[in-house]
Amino acid sequence: MGSYDVIVIGGGHAGCEGALAAARMGCRTLMVTLSLETIALMPCNPAVGGPAKGHLVREVDALGGEMARNIDATCLQVRMLNTTKGPAVHALRAQADKRRYEERMRRVLEDTRNLDLRQGVVESLLTEGGRVTGVLLATGTVFAAPAVVLTTGTYLRGKIILGDLQYDGAPGGQVAPQGLSRSLKDLGLDLMRFKTGTPARVDGRTLDFSRMMEQPGDGEPLSFSFRNMPARELPDQMSCWLTHTNERTHRVIQENLHRSPLFTGQIEGTGPRYCPSIEDKVVRFADKAGHQVFLEPEGRHTLEYYVQGMSTSLPEDVQLAMLQTVEGMEKVRIIRPGYAIEYDCIEPTQLDRTLEVRGLPGLFTAGQVNGTSGYEEAAAQGILAGINAAQKARGRDMLVLDRSQAYLGVLVDDLVTKGTSEPYRMLTSRAEYRLLLRQDNADLRLTPSGYRVGLVEEKQYQAFLRKRDQVEGEIRRLGQVRVNPTPEVQEVLTRLGLGELSGPVTLERLLKRPEMDYAALKKLSGDIPPLDREVERQVEIQVKYAGYIDKQKAQVEKFLRMEKRSIPEDIDYEGVPGLRKEAREKLKKHRPRSLGQAGRISGVSPADLSILLLYLEQRSRAGRGSGP
Amino acid sequence: MFLEDTIAAIATPPGEGGIGIVRLSGPEAVQIAEKIFKPRKATFPLKSHRLHLGWVQGPQEGEIIDEVLLTVMRAPRTFTREDVVEINCHGGIVPLRRVLEATISLGARLAEPGEFTRRAFLKGRLDLAQAEGLLQVIRAKTGEGLQAALGQLEGTLSRRVREIRQEILLLLARLEAAIDFPEEEDVDEVTGRQVKAQGAGILEKVRALAEGARRGKIYRDGVETVIIGRPNVGKSSLLNALLREERAIVTEVAGTTRDQLEEYVNLAGIPLKIVDTAGIRKTRNRVEIIGVERARNLAQRGDLVIFILNAAEGIAREDREIASILQGKQVVVLLNKIDLGENIPEAEVRRLLPGAEAPIIRASLINQQGLEELELAISQLVFQGQVEGSRADFLASLRQIQALERASASLLDMLAGPLEDPDLLSIDLKAAYAALGEITGETVEDDLLDKIFAEFCIGK
Ligand SMILES: Nc1nc2c(ncn2[C@@H]2O[C@H](COP(=O)(O)OP(=O)(O)OP(=O)(O)O)[C@@H](O)[C@H]2O)c(=O)[nH]1
Ligand SMILES: [Mg+2]
Repeated sequence: MGSYDVIVIGGGHAGCEGALAAARMGCRTLMVTLSLETIALMPCNPAVGGPAKGHLVREVDALGGEMARNIDATCLQVRMLNTTKGPAVHALRAQADKRRYEERMRRVLEDTRNLDLRQGVVESLLTEGGRVTGVLLATGTVFAAPAVVLTTGTYLRGKIILGDLQYDGAPGGQVAPQGLSRSLKDLGLDLMRFKTGTPARVDGRTLDFSRMMEQPGDGEPLSFSFRNMPARELPDQMSCWLTHTNERTHRVIQENLHRSPLFTGQIEGTGPRYCPSIEDKVVRFADKAGHQVFLEPEGRHTLEYYVQGMSTSLPEDVQLAMLQTVEGMEKVRIIRPGYAIEYDCIEPTQLDRTLEVRGLPGLFTAGQVNGTSGYEEAAAQGILAGINAAQKARGRDMLVLDRSQAYLGVLVDDLVTKGTSEPYRMLTSRAEYRLLLRQDNADLRLTPSGYRVGLVEEKQYQAFLRKRDQVEGEIRRLGQVRVNPTPEVQEVLTRLGLGELSGPVTLERLLKRPEMDYAALKKLSGDIPPLDREVERQVEIQVKYAGYIDKQKAQVEKFLRMEKRSIPEDIDYEGVPGLRKEAREKLKKHRPRSLGQAGRISGVSPADLSILLLYLEQRSRAGRGSGP
Repeated sequence: MFLEDTIAAIATPPGEGGIGIVRLSGPEAVQIAEKIFKPRKATFPLKSHRLHLGWVQGPQEGEIIDEVLLTVMRAPRTFTREDVVEINCHGGIVPLRRVLEATISLGARLAEPGEFTRRAFLKGRLDLAQAEGLLQVIRAKTGEGLQAALGQLEGTLSRRVREIRQEILLLLARLEAAIDFPEEEDVDEVTGRQVKAQGAGILEKVRALAEGARRGKIYRDGVETVIIGRPNVGKSSLLNALLREERAIVTEVAGTTRDQLEEYVNLAGIPLKIVDTAGIRKTRNRVEIIGVERARNLAQRGDLVIFILNAAEGIAREDREIASILQGKQVVVLLNKIDLGENIPEAEVRRLLPGAEAPIIRASLINQQGLEELELAISQLVFQGQVEGSRADFLASLRQIQALERASASLLDMLAGPLEDPDLLSIDLKAAYAALGEITGETVEDDLLDKIFAEFCIGK
């Protein structure tokens, strides 16, 4: 009934990026989704970005994805977080107008050549000779493709839990597909059951903002997309509002714990530690007098507010009672109650770093179905899976990113190497080489890869090359130009509140001084070429942090040495003498591709690693020795 | 294949009263042992973990190499987790070697240094620190050194390193939580100043550990102590006196000692590796010239120099020459032969060795006089004026000391880092954390996130 190069199942954040990537790379692509009304749905908080997540958004953009442009075009507010800390952890976050976000994304999908949208329920995956060949819809329709990307989010066998109420269902009031889980199991995939939750949405007219603290947007809002730089206009930003729970709130919760599905054992799925429900927080940190509550607008043309910080699965009457104890929310009216949701997801250690399922060529998976949480994590996996599905369909080399190249590399490596026991969230502390993986240089890190696979357009690439040349040229120039301690120079320095020069110095050295910045530098050397603010910023960071950057680069080299020691795919761990049983089991299950990866598997000790190293050494020596 | 073959070695250091053990480990250990062993009572197969009396036979018919006690220990309840056989010989070094040769002629391979321990480590029997500790036991030269090595076996070094790592981890967790959850009230903003203050305390601990480790190294390798002086001042006499045996030839002829002699002496629990040298003087004798050259080099290299002068004869020109090569060395001055007269006032010795606060000891070696003072002075120097009885309670290998030093260096870098940028401080903190992890063999870390979520109430 139609054949494509790539089929994407699901229209969430992973599905959108996956389908766009494949189609933009020139593959005939089909997106099958449960409902065309819920494309790019944001069923949880109305925000994109933040620490590590914002980095992912920039990386998606650098590879040629859509998320950054979409949020830039539809946001209500922008804030740069962590500005008191170093540039590596500066993090952009935007409040989204949910409705407009979804609408614009659907428009973009519809306007993309090679991309067909189709509403429908996928009942099962079709395979032939151990390869994926297409999908079967519940209506009996078949679509064929050599590469399929599965991005079904939290929908698989979704179960919604609210107090003692439980029903099969999915976010956005949709039906949860039941068949696909079985199909995956039949194909030999291990599934896990995860849980996540969401707070209530309330009527903005019933909130008393005068008793809350205003959280306005930045005066100079920045963009996510490198293609939208430099800064743009963002008039009429909407604020968020901060208030707190109190002892009365906690008492309501304590008194009703027996009605919480979390504590009555109705919820079996593993929930995320970084996003606990309010009942969890009250129980685990009983000595805390209050917890933060942020009220975030869901859009410009709606009354709905999202009650960030009070995720819950308590019965609706308890939800209302507890919300009404919070300052400024005494008269609150619930529009949609909070709920917990349980769903099936894939044990991600079954995947390769290309996001292709090991042992099932042609099937790629991305997003929450891989055990992650968050729109940004989903989008990032989506673009990688889309790229690789397209490469697969065209018979080209797939893209792998390692931990030193991108947060996306860290995310994927963590998932496929270690797996996860809770919905995985990207955090900056998961990245070892954080100073190299900054949000400001995502384009420098990834745009060449996006261009190589044919996703980054020529125009974007040329602009990127220009920027890169300017940065490199300017850094070179700063290293060559000297300023002399002339009276004028000393005067400028004093006026800026900086120390005087004791002799001639290069501009580079001068910029390295802690109190110096590029703007001040410009005042000292008249003939600086006019540069974009982004270029200036890049130059400043690269010069100022050169010492630390070099240090991290040295660490990366060490790391890459272990990554490059590859483990042959056909290795038989039973034949490696001396491995401990636990390590043997783990290695057999995870089948790492390199010694570096093997070392990150929990349960594989350094001793096991050296046994493996010796064994591989032995093996390669034996191989070399067997010549004539 | 590696790990698959059977290795053999003499397990006790040679020269200790002729008792020694030949140890075998590997799949063929028992088989090889049974081929050469003739038990007095026991029958084959030999019972595991028992001592069996009998003889080791030589290649010739009826030839007996030695009477031995043999122990068979079958895997996995053994040190290497492989089959192990230990053969206690007591006929001295010659039969010991011949027993070893017999095992090798039957297919065992001569073990590389430390290979038994390495196998134990590889099979997961020991962690890295324990394995290295064991190597120290094997090498430890004195009783206290042995105590220290055993201390490490029980994990003293590992335990202290773990404690320090925990402290770093907590600090990192606070830093990282503030970065990943900037809007959480529960997560206090950590200032660079706070990080540095705590980091300084951690650095102190790492340094103390490195200091202790270095002292531990002294226990293992011995303090290299070079005896230097003009010919005939009594250098060889001192060596003999310390050894309490006539090791070196002592004559009244100047230039008796032509080449250096090395011996280990246990001095208040400190192993001294004492080197007797040729007397230094102007000479035309070729052999002597070479010896003198060596003495100079040794004096440069040694940890400690004992400079002997002839108290009766006063300071000679050669003494001044010797003094000039001792600049910057730790020196103990021994004024010998005071029974013949005392013509060297202390002040002159001080002038001879400006800057050096060398202890000066008056002695008459021929009368065993001044030896106690000398021993006291040396042990005080080794412990650098520390409390009496202070001792290293763990040993560390050079690799471990280097890891400790790398951790210190990272912490120092951290202290020099920018106050306003805690994120950068965490780079060096993490490096210190990783360096310390190399000591215990733990490098892979998921602990940070666990720590963050255990410590802080996080969750928007
Ligand atoms: N009277 C007296 N004679 C001593 C004393 N110590 C050593 N002698 C004698 O001095 C002579 C030389 O002693 P050695 O120990 O051989 O001296 P050395 O420094 O090793 O000499 P070379 O090896 O020749 O450089 C011997 O005859 C010793 O008995 C002492 O305290 N008093
Ligand atoms: Mg002598």
